[in-house]
Parts: sequence; C-alpha cells; structure tokens
Amino acid sequence: MDVVIGLEVHAQLLTRSKMFCGCATTFGAAPNSQTCPVCQGMPGSLPVVNRRAVEFGIRTALAFNCRVNEACRFARKHYYYPDMPKNFQISQYEEPLAEDGALEIDVDGASRTIGIQRLHLEEDVGKLVHEGTLETAQASLVDFNRSGVPLMETVSRPDLRSPEEAAAYLRAFRAVLVYLGVCDGNMEEGSLRCDANVSLRPRGSSELGTKVEIKNMNSFKNVQRALEFEVRRQAEALEAGLRLVQETRLWDAERGYTRSMRSKEFAHDYRYFPEPDLVPLRIDRAWVDAIRAGLPELPRQRRQRFLRQYGLPAYDAELLTHSQALADYFEAATGELPQAKLVSNWIMSELLRVLPADDEAAIRAAKITPRHLAGLLKLIEDGTISGKIAKDVFQKMVVSGEEARAIVAREGLTQLADEPALAAVIDQVIARNPKAIEDFRKGKTAAAKALVGQIMKATQGKANPAIVNRLLEEKLSKI
Amino acid sequence: MPDAERPPMISREDVLHVARLARLELSEPELEKMREQLNSILTYIDRLKELDVTGVEPTSHAVPMVNVMRDDVVVPCFPRDEMLANAPDRVGEFFRVPRIIED
Repeated sequence: MDVVIGLEVHAQLLTRSKMFCGCATTFGAAPNSQTCPVCQGMPGSLPVVNRRAVEFGIRTALAFNCRVNEACRFARKHYYYPDMPKNFQISQYEEPLAEDGALEIDVDGASRTIGIQRLHLEEDVGKLVHEGTLETAQASLVDFNRSGVPLMETVSRPDLRSPEEAAAYLRAFRAVLVYLGVCDGNMEEGSLRCDANVSLRPRGSSELGTKVEIKNMNSFKNVQRALEFEVRRQAEALEAGLRLVQETRLWDAERGYTRSMRSKEFAHDYRYFPEPDLVPLRIDRAWVDAIRAGLPELPRQRRQRFLRQYGLPAYDAELLTHSQALADYFEAATGELPQAKLVSNWIMSELLRVLPADDEAAIRAAKITPRHLAGLLKLIEDGTISGKIAKDVFQKMVVSGEEARAIVAREGLTQLADEPALAAVIDQVIARNPKAIEDFRKGKTAAAKALVGQIMKATQGKANPAIVNRLLEEKLSKI
Repeated sequence: MPDAERPPMISREDVLHVARLARLELSEPELEKMREQLNSILTYIDRLKELDVTGVEPTSHAVPMVNVMRDDVVVPCFPRDEMLANAPDRVGEFFRVPRIIED
C-alpha cells in the first residue's frame, strides 16, 4: 500500500495586534484581558484588516514560491461552537492570498519537493477550558484572548509518502517561518498547529483512498507517532476487508491512539460566503516586489552556504540550520574561533545536550554565549586544558554563565604540560606498577592504557594527554 | 407563492437541515413559513438572473473600494468586567458555557 498524507498547518503570525482589531496578541495574558467587541464578535462591530498580517502572508507565500493572487478576499466560514461567539470565522475560501508553491524536504539524504496548494489568512478562535475532565464536565470556560489572533493556514498537496516525510515537512516548514520572522514556531504553546489528511491506496494507483483527518497533534514527535498509528490502523482495517469511513479523528498523546470524533462535532457544511464587512484586497505588484526584495536567507540557502563556507559535513549543516538561533549561535562562535568543525561538534554534542534544538528562545538566552564557547575551545586549542576537562568546565559555564578562563583559573584546572614534572610522575607510576610493566613486556599493549589512566589519576586529569603518551612510549620502549 | 407553476426549490428537509446547522428549533408552522420565505427569496434571485450582466465584473461588495487596512498598532482593549458584563454565566475571569453535547 502507498501512504498518502497532506498537512494543513496553522501558524499564528507574530503581529502585535490582532487580525481585525487593535487588541494585543500577547501569549499568556490573564483570561479575557485582551478582547474588544470586534474579537468577541458583538453585533455591529466592524473588522479592519491588519496590514502586517497580509505582509507576513505574502512574505511566506514568496518563500514557498507561491503565486500571490492579485485579487484576494475574505469569507465567512460558519459553524457553531462556543469558542467563536459570532458563529462564523473570518477566513478565505475562493481567492485565497496565494496558491501553488512548494517546499523542499530531505529524508534519509534524498531530496523531495512537496507541493503547497494554498495559503490563506484567517482569525484564530477562543480557547475552551473544561471544568473537570472532558468526560465529566458540566460546563466549559471560555477565554477569548486568542480570538482574532492572525492565523495563516497553509495546505500541502497530498505528496507526503510516510510519517517521517510528514515530520520532515513540518520541521522544514517551521524553520522557514522562523527565519522569516512571521511565527515563533512554538508547537507547545499552539502558535504552530498541524492537522493531517491520511489515506492508503494500492501501490502505484493514482486513485485516492478514503481520507481520514487527524487533529490534535501538538509536537513534532506526536505528528509522527499519530501518523504512524493511523497508517497502521488503516492498513489493518483494509487487510481485514473492512471499509474505512471518511471522518475526523483526534490524536490522544497519552494513550497513543487516534479516536473518532463524533461526526456531528464537525459538520463540514460551512456555507462560505464573501465577508460583507470587509472590502476585497487588490495586492499591488510593487508591494509584493518590495517584500520579495526583503526576504532573508532561508534555511536551505543557509545550509548550502554552511557546506561551502565552513566545509561542514551535510549532517552538521542540516542540523545547525534547522534552527535559526542555532545557526546564528554557530556563526557567532565561528567568528571568534574559525575551527568550524570543532565548534559544530561542541554545539551538537554538548550544547544540544542541555538545550532543545527547536527552542529558539532558550538558545538565544543561553548563559553560555557563542563567545564563551569559543573561549572554552580556545583553551583546548592552546593546550591549557584537555578536552575531557573542557566538558566539565562547559557544564559549569552552562549553569553560571562564567567565562571558561575564570573557572579554569579558580579551580586550578590548567593542564600539566611541564615535561620534567610529567616525566617524574610517569616514573613513579611505572615503579608502582611492576605487574603492568611485566604484562607490557609479554606483549599486552593494553597495559600501557592502564598506566595512562594511572598517570591521569595522579594528576587529577590535568596531564596533557599528548605529552603523557609520548613520554610513556619513550620510557616503555627503553624497558 | 409568486411562481406557483414551479416546484418548490427549498424542501421541508432543506429547511430542517439549515435550521439544524444554525441550531434553531422550529415549530411546524414556523418551518412552513421559513420554507415559503426562503423560496420567495430564491425566486427573486432567479429573477435577477434574467439581467444581462455581460462585461460586468463580479463583485462581493456593494462599495467599489479595495485595500482598507490598518497599521499593526495595539490599542487599549475593553475592560474585562465590561466585556463579561453581559455574559449569562461567568466564573471568575471566564465566560461559562454549557458543556457541548452530542445531538
């Protein structure tokens, strides 16, 4: 069977004010403190389009090589749910902002182009909090702060062929949005949300199977897990000769399965019609050209540059450029210390051990700044400390935000490179370990390693390993 | 009905469907009244179709105006208590609504 997946991504745009009114969009404000008659949908209130939201939409459309439609208008999408008191959402239906683009993704070293069908703007809705659990709740509480926050919906073509590709698409998509500065990409806070359409069809067939929509996947990991589950569920049903129904299913992350949403919860009968309270938009070519001219370097371009300019392996370049903050971090550190691969290794193995790669804010706020990291690596390069000691120092820098030099000086971690002093230590260790020497004579080269360990121990790990190895080899060869 | 010759365009079932989507409960006489009114509206729309609109640009708006936009500037929101004042039910800072049940 072929897997056919299409993704719909909703992204909250980083505007200061809402889509159709001047209320603030600050996340986490006290409930219902950021509302007005427009975003609460009171009769008689009138929406006015936020120009910045349209600009962000165009910016994104251009990054995905979409055609920006000159004629564009808003429509009312009707449905009844208490998260939206006016009983329709202002969205776009016919004449969306942009259509027909593409996003390149990489899975297992192979590149694939995923079509983007359309990109449109709409308003977010309020947030429901259930009293008690969902099953026992007698009432729901509504917070309208989110109502009216600008949302950009981007619909991919059903070009994705596996849950891994879907996750790769979402990662690449998110990276572009963050680079463009139009969305913070935070899936946990819901500023980036993803629904998927999944179906199976006989291998090679061009006909689409029965499609199931999956909602409520609020992290990259959950998108992949939910899709893996759903593909398996559909395959098992089809193998057993069952018919699938077209439906919407909710991903339950805790229990690890998708469950059917009651069909009437989502009647797909939205009765769209043009929003009479908003006049159409006529997107000026000059505006589009100006936005195009201001596009920043995008993740793929930056990755290519990292390969070229720093000679990094493809894996490093890919990982570093997925996050704008991480790529910035790398470039700032490399500016201080040009050993790009060394910097990259430390970012990937040490920095990402303490910071999540997709948390832009945490990376930008890291106590160990790019300059601090470069300072630490310089100490390894000039032989002041060993790589092993540097890892300990790194851990301290992460917590305290101090410079490596200060920690090394205070804790006396400077590497022992004094040859006569080291030679004396080595002689003592040799004298104390006749058994190891005997083993070495009999051809057990591993015995030399044990001696190195002893020497390092005797110097609290501060002995310069290169010098120790050389001196020890000289001495052993004379025995 | 103005055009008694034609079969009704909107059936009883159509009215029930639309009423359900709009969460309206209609009595039997209301249902029939809605059906008649909706049919007469559609008949009127049909009459408009008789107009020759060749060369007339379709529009979704009565006013020939485009690109009414505002700058992305935050203005003070309404006081929460004022916004909550008309709520039929509230709990603290929240609106309280009945639990959504299946019908």
